[in-house]
Amino acid sequence: MGRTAVTLEINAQSCAFDLDNRTTLLDALREHLGLTGTKKGCDHGQCGACTVLVDGMRMNSCLLLAVALDGAQIITVEGLSSDAALHPVQQAFIDHDAFQCGYCTPGQICSAIGAITEAASGWPSAVTPQERPLGPVPLTAPEIRERMSGNLCRCGAYVNIVNAVTEAAEAVGEAAR
Amino acid sequence: MGTQMRGTAAPGRTPTSLSRRSRTKGGIGESTLRPDGTLKVIGEFAYSSDLWHEDMLWGFTLRSPHPHARITSIDISKALAQAGVHAVLTHDDLPTAHTQYGLEYTDTPVLADGVVRHHGEPVALVAADHPETARRAAAKIKVDYEPLPVVHDEASALADDAPILHPNRDDHHAGHVPHPNIVHRQPIIRGNAAEAAKRADVIVTGEYEVGMQDQAFLGPESGLAVPAEDGGIDLYIATQWLHSDLRQIAPVLGLPEEKVRMTLSGVGGAFGGREDLSMQIHACLLALRTGKPVKIVYNRFESFFGHVHRHPAKLWYEHGATKDGKITHMKCRIVLDGGAYASSSPAVVGNASSLSVGPYVVDDVEIEALALYTNNPPCGAMRGFGAVQACFAYESQMDKLAEKLGMDPVEFRQKNAMSQGAIMPTGQIVDSPAPVAELLRLIKAMPLPPEKQWETARGAADVRALPGGLSNTTHGEGVVRGVGYAVGIKNVGFSEGFDDYSTARVQLQVIGGEPVATVHTAMAEVGQGGITVNAQIARTELGVTQVVIHPADTQVGSAGSTSASRQTYMTGGAVKNACEAIREKVLETGRRKFGTYHPAWATAELLLEDGKVVTDSDEPLADLVDVLGDEVIDIELQWRHRPTEAFDPVTGQGFGHVQYSFAAHRAVVEVDTELGLVKVIELACAQDVGKALNPLSVKGQIHGATVQGLGLAVMEEIIVAKDAKVCNPSFTDYLIPTILDTPAIPVEVLELADEHAPYGLRGIGEAPTLSSTPAVVAAIRAATGLPLVRVPVRPEHITGT
Repeated sequence: MGRTAVTLEINAQSCAFDLDNRTTLLDALREHLGLTGTKKGCDHGQCGACTVLVDGMRMNSCLLLAVALDGAQIITVEGLSSDAALHPVQQAFIDHDAFQCGYCTPGQICSAIGAITEAASGWPSAVTPQERPLGPVPLTAPEIRERMSGNLCRCGAYVNIVNAVTEAAEAVGEAAR
Repeated sequence: MGTQMRGTAAPGRTPTSLSRRSRTKGGIGESTLRPDGTLKVIGEFAYSSDLWHEDMLWGFTLRSPHPHARITSIDISKALAQAGVHAVLTHDDLPTAHTQYGLEYTDTPVLADGVVRHHGEPVALVAADHPETARRAAAKIKVDYEPLPVVHDEASALADDAPILHPNRDDHHAGHVPHPNIVHRQPIIRGNAAEAAKRADVIVTGEYEVGMQDQAFLGPESGLAVPAEDGGIDLYIATQWLHSDLRQIAPVLGLPEEKVRMTLSGVGGAFGGREDLSMQIHACLLALRTGKPVKIVYNRFESFFGHVHRHPAKLWYEHGATKDGKITHMKCRIVLDGGAYASSSPAVVGNASSLSVGPYVVDDVEIEALALYTNNPPCGAMRGFGAVQACFAYESQMDKLAEKLGMDPVEFRQKNAMSQGAIMPTGQIVDSPAPVAELLRLIKAMPLPPEKQWETARGAADVRALPGGLSNTTHGEGVVRGVGYAVGIKNVGFSEGFDDYSTARVQLQVIGGEPVATVHTAMAEVGQGGITVNAQIARTELGVTQVVIHPADTQVGSAGSTSASRQTYMTGGAVKNACEAIREKVLETGRRKFGTYHPAWATAELLLEDGKVVTDSDEPLADLVDVLGDEVIDIELQWRHRPTEAFDPVTGQGFGHVQYSFAAHRAVVEVDTELGLVKVIELACAQDVGKALNPLSVKGQIHGATVQGLGLAVMEEIIVAKDAKVCNPSFTDYLIPTILDTPAIPVEVLELADEHAPYGLRGIGEAPTLSSTPAVVAAIRAATGLPLVRVPVRPEHITGT
């Protein structure tokens, strides 16, 4: 009782677990798979440090029960870069010094990738003007601030995070063109 | 001086030893990137909470629900009986008679000894095979408490019948405090304030209050203790000062220091909150008891109880000034709430008193600062360390004085601003640049953000840019703009006669046909970028491009704390010093091997640059690779800043501080006066950094300090109820600035060398934390006309509801 078999595709690898039903995705990643890149800052969905991509959408992994995600595709910070190159968002965070202690960074990066994808697919944020042409939403600084507002950075590297996401959004956009 | 001041130091000011050029790539002055940056962005940088050991147990701490109570009994039997539990420890299980620790006073029980003195004090420990098992077992420990009267403020601490929280004090201040519930008191008397007050045309008094701010680092307290075969322990830990931890841990465990081997893990932010011990001793005790590795990770709730906070303060000030705007005198009384244990309260008192005048020339002062013992949460180090509280008060006073005199607040400050050669209230002469008036000029000269920046081209209101934002609470009606200024002074390094030093071990050798330097220090990299600048210094001094940063541990001498804005100065200074000794060795070897081939070996001043020994006229003499051959040059040296001295306990006089650091802010805010909502539009900062070893990191530090100051101004406070219980230990209830709360932060940097410091640099990490807060509050006052004497400013303070 209380346990369930579940299969998740994590960073393009199929992973079968037998988990206590109460296990969060965050604990499944960190404690069961040893993928500690995803951070636990509050375990209550308040800080965003645990943000991962679930079927392409950014989510707080501390608020998800792993057994409810059978078959889902999960991408964590460890799954973003190849041996050859960093993801453009990772590179932009380095180039713009968009972190200090770095604890929030995996969550910031996953969140930024989610935000860039959402904007590119035309998904409005709360600050997107209602009258606007259909199509991608330009990631202006106010858009980035709104869309990244669920990720706390106590070192206060926000000014550089805005710059990094701005540059990365352009790089990702160009690569997609 | 004028415009020459900007950019690099004016010619003729900087001794050649401070400004020697280096063509070696990646040296000082360049914005090189963090050596740990890639690991941090790919998720492979191991923070202390990421550590794992086969067969490890998880520790959990049972904490007191009472702020002050006698423990009448503890029954651990049910907890011990739970499956999966390996050990339960209370005070009675401590292995030695040494059962207390502390940064300055040894007054903090490792586990409560019959009495708890604050909400959340550790009472018992559990080790179990799963963190949830440990937590549930801890809940089965039955502790009977008999509540005691609570000391929660100055009146209750100093009342005739006040409970004495630490009746058997033996600390070095115990003999001269006026009451045993006062941790430390530092008066400063200089000139004759009463006499000078007679010259004043206006007198302004004020009472100010600063709430309890929390460091709220995102990586919670955590670490892994591994018992070793020799009976010792290996501790992997996130801390600010490995050797200070070691000094406190070893005696409690009953181990010699060499058997407690500490290695720095990844540190998820610190800001002062990791200067004291948290779970270090607890994990070691459980590991030694069970013979298994033990990991402890606090959750966010526990983290709010697991470290000391910024001292809340009540500050009373009186200033006088003449009609033409000269300050005549200053009197102040600063009461800091130190909470249940001393932590670094004595040093915070020293800072609050000695920096209480601010960066102004005031010859006649009467100052008193003290910290109380209460049953509130313990308070200690947080970025700005005593100077933050004072700065809020004296800058509020400056605006009040200027208003009373009908003067511009910036001009009034400039009229009274200190400069090099000024005398501190402690009698210390400020013997390096103090460009206070110039910093104010710089921020005032920056262009202001456009008025009504929330108005769209068509004249409509863009609610996103208004206070209240998307809550759509206003379209501009009731919204008023305000602009405020503030400037502050912070000391750098450890003060008051403390023997402050750092240690660096540097090796130079040829690896794979290239000269490689290895830099080994015990400096805690907490995100400040210390390892970045240490590598830059090694490149500059040794002329190599390959620098390996050895992990920080206790196998090398102490680096001192990553606090007090001191690591670039101190460990940077130690690395520079060790590299200079290495260079001497290289040149010695070079002379021996090649001296006969070129007269310059004997006559010229020789440098190491770009992998070569070169003369000061750039003539290459030999490749480092050829000079070194198979030799490994390996030197470990301690390095000290110039000595300071203790403040006189009665007059407060003394050469107490090593260096001063200055920053100024201009805040632009918009306030919805009807709802009390504040939007900070811009926080411009100007700071003198002496020498920017890494301009990118300098800016990052200024951004971060500015944001934390904004947090104190309008958001952040640990609410402690009258019964001394913490009310808001979560990120839902304790608000820290998000990216949406953070405005544009334009930065101007001055580089005026301090000739006493390595490369002329100035410690920079804290000064902008000081002036950010009062600048924001001054701007809200300017917008609303309200006095606003308390931070954080809440909506109800603005609406009066």
